[in-house]
Amino acid sequence: MQSVLFLQHVLNGLLAGTYYLLIALGLSLIFSLGGIVNLAHGAFYAIGAYLTVVLSPTIGFGGSIVVSPALVGLLGIVVERTLFRRFYKADPSLSLILTFGLAMVAEQVLRMIFGAPPLSFSIPPELRGQLFVAGFIYPYYRLLVLLVAASCVAGLWFLLQRTAFGRVVRAGVQSPDMVGALGISLEPYMVAVAFLGVGLAGLAGVMLAPIFSIHPAMGNEIITAAFVVVVIGGLGSFWGVVVAAMIVGLVKGLVVAFGYPQFSEAAMYLLMLLVLLVRPRGLFGERIQRFE
Amino acid sequence: MKSKSLLSRRRLLQGAGAASISAFPAISYAQADAIKIGHLTPRTGFLGTLGEFAVQAADLAVEEINASGGVMGRKIDLIKEDSVNPQTASTKAERMVERDKVACIVGEISSASGLTISQVADRTKTLFVNTGCNSDELRGKGCKKFMAHVESANSMYVKTVGRALLANNLVKGKKWFSLTADYAFGHDLLRVAKRFMESNGGQFASDKLVPTDATDFSALLLEIRSAKPDLVVSNLAGLQITNFLKQYSEFGLDFPVAGFGFDTAVAWGAGKGNFFGTWPLVWHHLIDTPGSKAFVAAFTKKYNKPPENQAWGDYMALKILAQSMNEVKSTEAPKLVEYWEKGAKFDLLKTRPGYFRAWDHQLMHEMYAVEALKASELKNQWDIYRPSPAVPAANEDLEAIAPTKEENACTFA
Repeated sequence: MQSVLFLQHVLNGLLAGTYYLLIALGLSLIFSLGGIVNLAHGAFYAIGAYLTVVLSPTIGFGGSIVVSPALVGLLGIVVERTLFRRFYKADPSLSLILTFGLAMVAEQVLRMIFGAPPLSFSIPPELRGQLFVAGFIYPYYRLLVLLVAASCVAGLWFLLQRTAFGRVVRAGVQSPDMVGALGISLEPYMVAVAFLGVGLAGLAGVMLAPIFSIHPAMGNEIITAAFVVVVIGGLGSFWGVVVAAMIVGLVKGLVVAFGYPQFSEAAMYLLMLLVLLVRPRGLFGERIQRFE
Repeated sequence: MKSKSLLSRRRLLQGAGAASISAFPAISYAQADAIKIGHLTPRTGFLGTLGEFAVQAADLAVEEINASGGVMGRKIDLIKEDSVNPQTASTKAERMVERDKVACIVGEISSASGLTISQVADRTKTLFVNTGCNSDELRGKGCKKFMAHVESANSMYVKTVGRALLANNLVKGKKWFSLTADYAFGHDLLRVAKRFMESNGGQFASDKLVPTDATDFSALLLEIRSAKPDLVVSNLAGLQITNFLKQYSEFGLDFPVAGFGFDTAVAWGAGKGNFFGTWPLVWHHLIDTPGSKAFVAAFTKKYNKPPENQAWGDYMALKILAQSMNEVKSTEAPKLVEYWEKGAKFDLLKTRPGYFRAWDHQLMHEMYAVEALKASELKNQWDIYRPSPAVPAANEDLEAIAPTKEENACTFA
């Protein structure tokens, strides 16, 4: 296979990794801090996409990029206050069942409101077109997704590493009991994390609505990939999620490049299996007392 | 003191008389009780989109049938279930036959599930009318005496689009790049497409299998761009096609596109300006016959959107069953199959009536190849293509596009 095509696949794989990143970031946040296995993450992603279709005619796609994730984030706060917070001290498998049920309810509600057929939505005319650089092709839209994902990573990093808020959140991930002992209540931080985590899922939904089909079960398509990324990256690790997302995107792209596209989905599970065999806590996972 | 006289013989006779009179309505209800028909279709998963149309059309058909007197004076009671996957389809089919005592089963879209349902039908001697499974295998190697097909076989789809491709000089001496859904239907379609392509002088530049749950086509689009084929062929199913169309448009590739399996709903969901190429259909909402127009009007009135080809399949199956049961005055499978094998004709809302071919129970009917309209030609969100005239043409035998015995042999056990 020509080296130009191979290089294209590598770069495309990394680019594809950015949307796994968008999807997995929020999941990782909630998982790390709250111990909540949020299987409804895909549902919030779907709601973000549907809101985009509903809002775009009025406020434009640009407006939807801001408003839709915010609305989904608010929904996340409601869910956190009413449901999640009951399970922070409980076995993670309980939150798994809870969020699984939540995901099914959300999917059915979407189906009841919007019907089962996919909703029509395209890349806005201003964002269409491709960039051609030395025989390489990059749709402008994917470059935008890259930009948005990079901004989220940068923003989140700054928030977690350079602010007081971030300090408490990181401490809470490592040792919530200690934080409590120091007299800091983690509750408001959980609300904020829920807003951010769920909002990020909604943002992923907005960004991917123009290029993936929008239908009630769309959440199921990305939830497993998101979990694979979080598991490979390791619990509690911010950069772990980033690296893992890139690796997953790369592996899927290379499987196609080597001529076995039928294994592109299976490949990421195989990768996860390998990582878990060699390093069970994930590539960059920290030892988290609660889960040991 | 008089209590004993309350149970006198007279009282007893009067009581018995009253009881038997009140039982008469029960007897008349028994004669007018409903005919149960089972409807199985995927409501979830990548085919769930189409399943919704199937159910809506089935409901409409039953409503119309019951409103005009039912079948032999009896109403139809439709028992609907989500078939989900092949194993669940099989279990539910069995339950419908054994517990609900359905007269027949109608529906399904996934060829893999259709196969398992057909095995239940065969074992229990229950009629199964397939309205959505395309694989040739169901009409060939897997054919069953008590299964009939309103939906067209892959060979018919390929031959319909094939004619348009031949007319546009996209086959002989040309290179095709095909993407195939990695499951029963896709493999079957690929086999039939390859046979057509090779017998007409074409060859594959490449043919790739795509997992049914894959959403991102970017890597494959890079491969297509590099291969520079004369034609990009889709053997994909359901929402895979929507994803493919959206991303093909995103990458701005301009190779001609054609598909051998298609449903209008997946193109409606691709978004404005994202639909292109040549695709086959068993029916579309722009057919200019009174029957078709009436169906479109009734469906649109009930559901606020026009029907698409899958809706036609389930609607037609129930109408055909109702007509057949009325004709043979029975709901028994052997009598219905016999009636069909004798060549009974049915109005399919198209220009010519159709019939079930005796040796494989495949409905012989017209099909259409449609050409996607350019974004600038679109007048509304529903009319997104330019349909061809009916195939086969009016002066040709309806069986011209059907698989031959050599291509798809079938013997009923």
